[in-house]
Amino acid sequence: MKKGLLALILALLPTLGFAAGGGAHLQEMTPDLHDRASLQRGMKLFVNYCMGCHSLQYQRFSRAAEDLGMPQDLVEDHLIFAEPLGFNDQMRNAMSAEDGEGWFGAAPPDLTLEARLRGTDWIYSYLLGFYRDPSRPTGVNNQVFPLVAMPNVLEPLQGVQEKVCAASEHPVEGAELDPLTGKYQSCEVLQVTSPGAMEPDEFEGAVYDLTNFLAYAGEPSRLKAEALAPKVLIFIFVFGVIAYLLKREYWRDIH
Amino acid sequence: MANPDKPKAERGVMRWVDDRFPATQMWQEHLSKYYAPKNFNFWYFFGSLALLVLVNQILTGIWLTMSFNPSAEGAFASVEYIMRDVEWGWLIRYMHSTGASAFFVVVYLHMFRGLLYGSYKAPRELVWIFGMAIYLALMAEAFMGYLLPWGQMSYWGAQVIISLFSAIPGIGPDLAQWVRGDYLISGITLNRFFALHVVALPIVILALVVLHIIALHEVGSNNPDGIDIKARKDESGKPLDGIPFHPYYTVKDIVGVAVFLFVFCAVIFYFPEGGGYFLEKPNFEPANPLKTPDHIAPVWYFTPFYAILRAINFSLFGLDAKFLGVVCMGAAIAVLFVLPWLDRSPVRSIRYKGWVSKLMLTLFALSFIVLGVLGVLPPTAARTVLAQLCTVLYFAFFLLMPFYSRWEKTKPVPERVTG
Repeated sequence: MKKGLLALILALLPTLGFAAGGGAHLQEMTPDLHDRASLQRGMKLFVNYCMGCHSLQYQRFSRAAEDLGMPQDLVEDHLIFAEPLGFNDQMRNAMSAEDGEGWFGAAPPDLTLEARLRGTDWIYSYLLGFYRDPSRPTGVNNQVFPLVAMPNVLEPLQGVQEKVCAASEHPVEGAELDPLTGKYQSCEVLQVTSPGAMEPDEFEGAVYDLTNFLAYAGEPSRLKAEALAPKVLIFIFVFGVIAYLLKREYWRDIH
Repeated sequence: MANPDKPKAERGVMRWVDDRFPATQMWQEHLSKYYAPKNFNFWYFFGSLALLVLVNQILTGIWLTMSFNPSAEGAFASVEYIMRDVEWGWLIRYMHSTGASAFFVVVYLHMFRGLLYGSYKAPRELVWIFGMAIYLALMAEAFMGYLLPWGQMSYWGAQVIISLFSAIPGIGPDLAQWVRGDYLISGITLNRFFALHVVALPIVILALVVLHIIALHEVGSNNPDGIDIKARKDESGKPLDGIPFHPYYTVKDIVGVAVFLFVFCAVIFYFPEGGGYFLEKPNFEPANPLKTPDHIAPVWYFTPFYAILRAINFSLFGLDAKFLGVVCMGAAIAVLFVLPWLDRSPVRSIRYKGWVSKLMLTLFALSFIVLGVLGVLPPTAARTVLAQLCTVLYFAFFLLMPFYSRWEKTKPVPERVTG
């Protein structure tokens, strides 16, 4: 009876599932917080390309240096540009919120918790989702965040991407999978038409690193938690076994 | 005035204490000579676990208070300060935020145990009512605590819930403003919620827990058979089916504590966000009164009642839908208080009740879960109909109980507990 009911609930649940919201397909991005080189490259990209406008107002340079294994002098020489900022400071940006609002129509948001707010899939797909659109004031639009005010600051690396009719390996909104080619035929496919400093694969790797760094910045304690977890759980398990043996001993005479 | 017969230690420090304070007497009354039925099963772990989580919430709460800044300007940043700059702050914060959800998990299971075995029936009506008062205070505590991180969902969740007061005809809008202390949720609201969350409500909850346990120990614990173990005693006056709470149930509960802590810690260390249900994603963005989130859902433990609120989308007797929804939501909780007088069955435990009671309890539990799921999801026409159906089932369980519990055929209750 109980199993039947459970089966019924499980059978009903999908019919109540989330209606998939609009927007483009997000590409999957699984952060790897153990890959220090990737995190370091991501931080380098962040301070070079993002931090002019976006802050990481809760993330300290010193904490990142410690967690990502970077010596203080290297961080001070290569990652801290603005004069008032020191090694122990939070990664604040130079642009004021008022200027941001005046120049872009909206102040660029702080990104410390962006990975926890929107998820890494979103950030990764968003950064890869810019394409040329002359109707926009910045000259670009974005597949993931239509009509976004942000220009494609990574364009020197990526090159100019355009919407073309082509076959894509990644799922595309509104396109059916062609069973013969295993690709999606659509006129919504993004393709680099004028190359930048990086090859497309190389650029995807860079965006991965940047997203990975933001995943780290969202929760710097994650690796500490995962390192501590087995010790705590093993302790509780051993404690539980001893507690059970003690219980069994006490209850021997109860029937 | 002192009772000359009260138990005292023979000599030493305890004797000195016992002459001045009933320490040995209390130890015996509540632990070493409190006779509990020997057939407690899985469902009986959740009372002591609720106590454990309460202690966890109070201790971690005290430490969070040391670094939290209860102002609209500083609250969100101070939570991130705790998460990053305070030593072990992330652990204390996750223990507290996960503890809130864990509290409701164990309390819901504890309450369901009461429904299963008729633990609310005479003579345990007051045990049940104190317990329901704890549940009510706990909901207020959780609701106010959820505003404190001052994220988007904190803000808009509070906005939605407080606006429910404004649905009350006549005094509503003024009442909502009185609760907020402002025309909209503001730093003033945050400050008063902080005061209530860290001082007023914990005192109320602790006092109610004491009352709950005193009332329980006065009448004795129920058991899965719903048998009165005090009816059969040996020559020395000890219940034949009873065993001293200490050491038997203290050692048994410690096993439960270990299992609970294993799961609890796994969540804290690996999934503190609870898949977006313990810490909701929009709450990683600071509160913004000018930007409403796309979809506002209360935290999971409130969603069954939220679904009932939304299920009432029609006016009746000249009362508008929102007010009726609020009334239904309130009634869904209020009806639990009178449960001891709705159950007219001659037996306590579901084991000996008839098939109608079993069916109704199953449907009730199912409707509660389905309402909980629906409360998380954005409403659609089909979901609203399902929520209405579940609301009817929810209330039918209680309102039809005086009839089905009396008329159904029950099984004979054994004289002694059955393992």
